[in-house]
Amino acid sequence: MNTLTAAATSLDRLRAAAGAVCDPEIPVLTLDDLGIVRDVRWGEHDLAGIVLVELTPTYTGCPATEVIAGDVEAALRAAGAPAVRVRIVLSPAWTTDWITDDGRRKLREYGIAPPGVGHPAGAVGLILSVRCPRCGSGRTREVSRFGSTPCQSHWTCRDCLEPFDSFKAI
Amino acid sequence: MTAPIAPTVTDTAALAGYLIGLGDDALVLSHRLAEWITRAPQLEEDIALANISLDLLGQARTLLAHAGEVEGRGRSEDDLAYLRSERELRNLQIVEIGNGDFAVTIARQLIFSAYQYELYAALLGSADERLAALAAKAVKEVAYHRDHAIAWTLRLGDGTALSHGRMQAALEATWPYVEEIFDPSDIADQLAALPGIAVDPATLRPAWTQCVRPVLTEATLTEPQPNRRSRGGRRGLHTEYLGHLLAEMQSLHRAHPGVSW
Repeated sequence: MNTLTAAATSLDRLRAAAGAVCDPEIPVLTLDDLGIVRDVRWGEHDLAGIVLVELTPTYTGCPATEVIAGDVEAALRAAGAPAVRVRIVLSPAWTTDWITDDGRRKLREYGIAPPGVGHPAGAVGLILSVRCPRCGSGRTREVSRFGSTPCQSHWTCRDCLEPFDSFKAI
Repeated sequence: MTAPIAPTVTDTAALAGYLIGLGDDALVLSHRLAEWITRAPQLEEDIALANISLDLLGQARTLLAHAGEVEGRGRSEDDLAYLRSERELRNLQIVEIGNGDFAVTIARQLIFSAYQYELYAALLGSADERLAALAAKAVKEVAYHRDHAIAWTLRLGDGTALSHGRMQAALEATWPYVEEIFDPSDIADQLAALPGIAVDPATLRPAWTQCVRPVLTEATLTEPQPNRRSRGGRRGLHTEYLGHLLAEMQSLHRAHPGVSW
């Protein structure tokens, strides 16, 4: 195996390791499910030998971002990275559209309603009905636009009467 | 063909100043909203106001960190947040006034989030890349803040006689701080130095009115015609409220310089 292929293979392995890190607040989701790992690459010149990672926060004030950055660094070191530097990038802004289909399925199974696709830009957002992740009923009610984490809202089901969280579409 | 003009020292100072103004708005309002935690009328509102506060804190951190780097004097986001005194803060007065009752907080949220939404929407096109990137992120967050304020304004205004009365009184208490938001005179130098980067707040007024006025009408509320107005927050003039807020917000950092957690 030549060095170029070796480097590419190890980078693939490092990318997989970063993407497999679990979200600290919604541990059923990996960072790949959320779509928040922007880039994993080897640094060049004076950064040679350092693995550079770019992450994007779901919300600018999300306190999990710093925990995630630490977890990614630990995971990459465990996967053999000699040194890691994590950078938070805001642009382009993260959107719930980047959550994978697999991620949506895991959310539902975990009891969190997955986000709808897209958000009406500009207009005052309509509160669209969300399907209960427990019984599947569409007869649900939004209790509060804000939930247990910045990315969720709080709902309750009129049929099974269970409260549940819903991932906000942004 | 003209070569791109390198930013002058004045531009750097103007940009840092502009960013600090916007950052201070987010920082101070974030702190005010956090004061509601454990005191809101419902548990859901504790959580909602805390979430909005957290979004604003994230925006403040990004803006102040950027300002510190642009300024080039080695000040970090923490230095700017915790080590400036009252007269050095550049926030609009509306964000510093006391929370009042829940209606006053909602009235302020309506006024401010409707303004901040238009501001960030306009800053999407800013030539300063980091500012445009923050705006793209923050405009989505603020859309939720604005929805929250609108929903409560409707519910309180078009609710019982008591809730209507208190919501109307809240508008009367907060409307004197509206003019200052859209008054560009205190940042005229920054606006002149930062074409394509900064946004003249006066240009946001029509869209703001278009958002707020129908909400008041639907909520059966009357738009106040205040006979006084605030001014000067952007040049460091503040109400008596700000000093008390800073004393609480900064005491830990000042007692333990350089502390981190």
